[in-house]
Amino acid sequence: SPVWADKLGLGRPAVPEEIEAWDVVVLPDGRGLPEGSGDVSTGEEVFAEKCAMCHGDFAEGIDNWPVLAGGQGTLTDRRPVKTIGSYWPYLSTVWDYIHRSMPFGAAQTVTPDETYAITAFLLYSNGLVDEDFVLSKENFTEIHLPNENGFYPDDRAEVEYPKFRVEPCMTDCKGEVKITKRAADLKVTPTDPDGRPAGTIPDWFEVA
Amino acid sequence: MSETEKKGTSRRAILGAGLAAGGAIAAGRVSAAVPDPLITQVQPWASEFGDPVDATPYGMPIRFESHVVRRNVPWLTESPISSINFTPIHALEGTITPQGCAFERHHSGAIELSKSDYRLMVNGLVDTPLVFTYEDLTRFPRHVQTFFCECAANGGMEWGGAQLQGAQFTHGMIHNMEYTGVLLRDILNEAGIKPEGKWVYVEGADASSNGRSIPLEKAMDDVMVAFFANGEALRKEHGYPVRLVVPGWEGNMWVKWLRRIAVYDRAVESREETSKYTDLMPDGRARKWTWVMDAKSVITSPSPQAPIRHGKGPLVITGLAWSGHGKIARVDVSLDGGRTWTEAQLSGDIKPKALTRFHLNIDWDGREMLLQSRAMDETGYVQPTKDQLREIRGLNSVYHNNGIQTWWVREDGEVENVEVS
Repeated sequence: SPVWADKLGLGRPAVPEEIEAWDVVVLPDGRGLPEGSGDVSTGEEVFAEKCAMCHGDFAEGIDNWPVLAGGQGTLTDRRPVKTIGSYWPYLSTVWDYIHRSMPFGAAQTVTPDETYAITAFLLYSNGLVDEDFVLSKENFTEIHLPNENGFYPDDRAEVEYPKFRVEPCMTDCKGEVKITKRAADLKVTPTDPDGRPAGTIPDWFEVA
Repeated sequence: MSETEKKGTSRRAILGAGLAAGGAIAAGRVSAAVPDPLITQVQPWASEFGDPVDATPYGMPIRFESHVVRRNVPWLTESPISSINFTPIHALEGTITPQGCAFERHHSGAIELSKSDYRLMVNGLVDTPLVFTYEDLTRFPRHVQTFFCECAANGGMEWGGAQLQGAQFTHGMIHNMEYTGVLLRDILNEAGIKPEGKWVYVEGADASSNGRSIPLEKAMDDVMVAFFANGEALRKEHGYPVRLVVPGWEGNMWVKWLRRIAVYDRAVESREETSKYTDLMPDGRARKWTWVMDAKSVITSPSPQAPIRHGKGPLVITGLAWSGHGKIARVDVSLDGGRTWTEAQLSGDIKPKALTRFHLNIDWDGREMLLQSRAMDETGYVQPTKDQLREIRGLNSVYHNNGIQTWWVREDGEVENVEVS
């Protein structure tokens, strides 16, 4: 294996139980999935108990909490709805993120079977499986999300940098300049008591 | 009433007396014709004691600077636990961000993790999976480097138009610190990377974990595992006791409370690199792995929170420029919305992938101005206008808005966030 310098001999070997406890990542090819399974109806029950207070009974989102289902076909709309079904590329991410970081405020409290069940329910909520579907480690990678091919690696080097790496104009660069948008029209910035944007530098001669 | 409050009261009284006596003070600014009582009368601070050295073991800014604080915009996010606040860049100078007002972005809050509880694991495609304590990390060779950390979403609210009023809110998801820590490659070398190892996955100890995939080339280049910032331990909210520093790359990848580094043969494609931190393009597809933060600048004063109150005459235009591709080579400033440009002065040291201060001193004739700044980096990249970016990316890419900012300076010295044709 590559060696860049002599080892210092710091640290100590990680033991298998430690790695198992912390390395719970699931990759798009299913690596990292534990044994287990869960069906849609079990997922609906777990979701109702642990998730629906924020994400809604049908994963449609409550108030401003994230919407987990719907929005398919909206990615070119003026206001796209980016959900698991409309936007996410991989089911592995759903399983992995729920299992490690949800519910919000009580993360790492869902078991692998519960995570399979919630994931199955979210597939159902997004219209991607039937109501009797059972998700398991074995059939996991057979599931493909609608937007799996919706992403491509950063292409700014080809699409943008040649356009912007040019000597800039210094004089007479354009004609008359008009103001087209004013933040003042929206009035959504927090303000100080005097109505100025919050944090405005005081007039030193008016404060003591 | 405290001693300091009494002093404030007495100063106000003296200023009031001056106004009454001569009427020669316009907006508190002293005319040369009338003797200034702040000079002709002995002030308390020139006579009495100030605070003793044992009053403040760890000091906070003087109360007159109470506007120089982090601020949040509650409607931006659904919960203050997974949210953002903003650095008061409109009120700062130089390049180093004071840690106490440097912005925060958490996904499950700022956790408290002691050095004794801290563990760092390295596993995956390595010869020997390892566990390090905090003390172990302090025994690696150290490096000291200054870098900006800019949230990928900095300015993201401005994609659709001018929305928030002030550089703090439009450009303040950024800080710039001098880090001391160890190189990620030195830690990986202890474990020994197997030839199949192509990606490094890093995650934090918090509930959100914030896991991100970094290609091995970057991990072996300049990524730091840092435990000091601006001379002292990291602040809790900035990842105490250990965070990742990923020079030039979007802030999300600067994983805080770093607990695990895993080597894989492919990217994990975690939530923070699929659902989030991917940039939707006009055709409905999205860019992923847009790691680098392109060249960018903003005039920090004058700006909406830093109006001109001193009238016509000499005016200092000051601002920040930065690029994730290397050093800032030049900053141009326009007073007329981009019709003509003048090269500003780069002040202080110019470091790669770090904030750079610029200044332009002008003689303001009191007429309205449309102020803009335009950064160039050492690769020849010139900061684009927002319209140039929108032409390629549309309105829904959320992240990576490095378009040129315009401030409308009105004749009364007030300043607005605007867009121009």
